[in-house]
Amino acid sequence: MTAGRSLADLPVGAASIVMELRAVGSTRRRLLDLGFVPDTAVEAVRRSPMGDPTAYQIRGAVIALRKEDADAVLVRPI
Amino acid sequence: MIQGYYPAGIKGVDADYVAVLAGNPNTGKSTVFNALTGLNQHTGNWPGKTVAHARGYYRHRGKTVIIVDLPGTYSLSANSPEEEVARDFICFGQPDVTVVIADATCLERNLNLVLQVLEITPKAVVCLNLMDEAEKKGLRLDAERLADELGIPVVPTAAHTGRGIKQLKDRIHAVALNEILPRPKPVTYGKELEAAVQQLEASLQSIYVDGISRRWLALRLLEGDPSVVEAIRQYNLAEGRQGGPCGSEYSADYRPGRRTGAGAEKAIRGRA
Ligand SMILES: Nc1nc2c(ncn2[C@@H]2O[C@H](COP(=O)(O)OP(=O)(O)OP(=O)(O)O)[C@@H](O)[C@H]2O)c(=O)[nH]1
Ligand SMILES: [Mg+2]
Repeated sequence: MTAGRSLADLPVGAASIVMELRAVGSTRRRLLDLGFVPDTAVEAVRRSPMGDPTAYQIRGAVIALRKEDADAVLVRPI
Repeated sequence: MIQGYYPAGIKGVDADYVAVLAGNPNTGKSTVFNALTGLNQHTGNWPGKTVAHARGYYRHRGKTVIIVDLPGTYSLSANSPEEEVARDFICFGQPDVTVVIADATCLERNLNLVLQVLEITPKAVVCLNLMDEAEKKGLRLDAERLADELGIPVVPTAAHTGRGIKQLKDRIHAVALNEILPRPKPVTYGKELEAAVQQLEASLQSIYVDGISRRWLALRLLEGDPSVVEAIRQYNLAEGRQGGPCGSEYSADYRPGRRTGAGAEKAIRGRA
């Protein structure tokens, strides 16, 4: 078991690999549907001026996540 | 043909069959829709929803076909009004064919929705759009192999130039008229879940309305999705059915665990 970092802490311009989801139920389902599947590469591309939400490039699309959702995505270095 | 809660008809158009276009956002659904229907279009809102939709029709091989353009969604999980409209139409509108428009430049992402659709209905066609962009990127896609693996027809297109549109109409026609019988391979979820699905499916046997996959329904109930129960209630009301998914059998035969299905059961029991 490796301890992952939260996706919310990924600086803009940096890339990482999705490791696991710390979410259950409909939140988990929604993250998976948006492409946040373990072993997928993800890059933080833009953060709103207010610091939330952040846009991520993942599986060929740009997806915006609120901080509380990004917090549930654990990532590891590439 | 199809009335009530999920209208697909167009006034003055006597359709032979209905096809619906689903797909992730920005995959070219509306462009495919335009290429298929030309100027024969009607736009409006879904009843009771702020979600816009377009309907149109065309004639192909002597048949009149109604086409419904659904909002772009990454899934049919009903997390948003758009997803709910897409799910409800595919489930309860009972289209003769569901066409999933997939982006050939990022196919993998698009397959999630394809597999979700195939859990609801085998009568589906994948339209592999943006083929020109994929080729520009140097990607090579084997549509036949994909068709084999999915068990449904796959048609490569570049909708803005009209490439592949005739073939798409041919495939839609063949699936609608059962000239092709797609046989998608079901996604399986492991021993434990499959056992629960089987048990639930059996209980749903005597309760459920025709045309809706019991396996799909069982999976949604296990997921604890109460919106599907509500959708079925609305559907039954619109169809003038007295019954709903409220048989005592459901609660007697299956006792959901702490989380899974509890919401759904509550919703079912709560039915007047
Ligand atoms: N190169 C190329 N561009 C396409 C193709 N199909 C559509 N487009 C373009 O892609 C963009 C989006 O197309 P739409 O048809 O609006 O996509 P949509 O799926 O309806 O989008 P939403 O309804 O917002 O989900 C438009 O600029 C189209 O001209 C294609 O096959 N090749
Ligand atoms: Mg559109």
